[in-house]
Amino acid sequence: MVGIVGYGAYMPRNRIRVEEIAKVWGADAPSYKRGLMLEEKSVPSPDQDTITMSVEASKHALRRAGIDPQEIGAVYIGSESHPYAVKPSGTVVAEALGATPEVHTADFEFACKAGSEGMYVVLSQVEAGHISYGLAIGADTSQGAPGDALEYAASAGAAAFIFGKQNIVASVDLTYAFMTDTPDFWRREYQYYPRHASRFTGEPAYFKHITGCARGIMEKAQMKPEDFAYAIFHQPNGKFPMRVGKMLGFKREQIEPGWLVPKLGNTYSGSSPMGLTATLDIAVPGDKILMCSYGSGAGSDGFIFTVTDRIEEVRDMAPKTRVMLDSNKNYLEYGTYAKFRGKINKITE
Amino acid sequence: MVTPARYWREIPQRYRLEAGKCTRCGKTYFPPRLVCACGAREFEIVRLKDEGTLQTFTVIRVAPSQFVDEAPYAIGIVELNDGVRLTAQVVDCDVEHLEIGQKVKVEFRRIQTVGEAGILCYGYKCVPV
Repeated sequence: MVGIVGYGAYMPRNRIRVEEIAKVWGADAPSYKRGLMLEEKSVPSPDQDTITMSVEASKHALRRAGIDPQEIGAVYIGSESHPYAVKPSGTVVAEALGATPEVHTADFEFACKAGSEGMYVVLSQVEAGHISYGLAIGADTSQGAPGDALEYAASAGAAAFIFGKQNIVASVDLTYAFMTDTPDFWRREYQYYPRHASRFTGEPAYFKHITGCARGIMEKAQMKPEDFAYAIFHQPNGKFPMRVGKMLGFKREQIEPGWLVPKLGNTYSGSSPMGLTATLDIAVPGDKILMCSYGSGAGSDGFIFTVTDRIEEVRDMAPKTRVMLDSNKNYLEYGTYAKFRGKINKITE
Repeated sequence: MVTPARYWREIPQRYRLEAGKCTRCGKTYFPPRLVCACGAREFEIVRLKDEGTLQTFTVIRVAPSQFVDEAPYAIGIVELNDGVRLTAQVVDCDVEHLEIGQKVKVEFRRIQTVGEAGILCYGYKCVPV
């Protein structure tokens, strides 16, 4: 049996409210809050990036896994905001954790799906017996262009999962992948902000792939929505995951524990993985959990997990995701946010 | 300016808080030393605790060029829970309300970036708990 041995999340303390962004661009905050079901989002400090958040989330995962970092055979990081264009994030993270040098590292990129992609691959590595433990991380400090609808959601956070065959907290019962070539969101080389195809990002992109993935994996597993205690779908805004859940036959109560986006924003590669960490924080042994990520371009990775007895032992060994979401918050004004995100720069001599 | 080679040499300390513990008298040095005050030259590598208490601090308002954007910021001496003291930037806090005795934890952060195209330097900073 292969599964998650340890998990952890991390998010910055800074937040900005939808009203603060809307005020600057003359937008109607109530309609954004209602339409996108967003209230605020996390903002990284200037000294935080995909690498630093990955390290912190992984430390939490290591505490819950209770293993020596030297036992980790692979470190895979999925992100669309790797700090370097050329130079791996994975080596920094592996080095900071103490997992080097006998470790395989790779950086993944697939819009918001890169995190679950790492999970998918590391799981196979463990299953094949190539490694005893593998670490998969989804992390992003995503950027939305000033005034663009994405600016209200694009946020920062990370989730890390250590996979192995012993001391499992949630077994992976089944995986499934659903991909097509769909140009709904992209960022060209040397461009700072991504572009998107507005409403085209909905039906033919997000909804088609998540429903395709969820229906496919449930059919393969011969399971129905009511067989699951919880479901996590990618969260680009508050509305989409609730709507796709309803389309598939899931109830609000199944989705809500992992539905972090109204207060966290869209953490891109961290999005559904962070939802999974929040769900594991409250799950009980025997619970079945469905997770379907979504990455523009486009595709969805599906996982079915079964929570084990060990969850009760490990969940308090590291900060819980919703505790981090609700405590130590530092609200920013738009000016400070713009400075922190490099949207405005001080003149240099 | 930080060169890649100099940055690389300090990775064990900056990334993992690796200290040298004298195998004879047990004294711990961070960063590690070649010779202990007791005269011994054998050390084991230990990783320091990642939580501690702020012993003292100062607020930098006129910063060196690479840190100008961060001013005002706090630099503190933190005693980690294993008794070792280190100097670190204290971030994610209001420097006007920072107090001696504040409990802090060590986090992995970006310390500086070398110009527009140079390396990114990572290491430890402290944040209030």
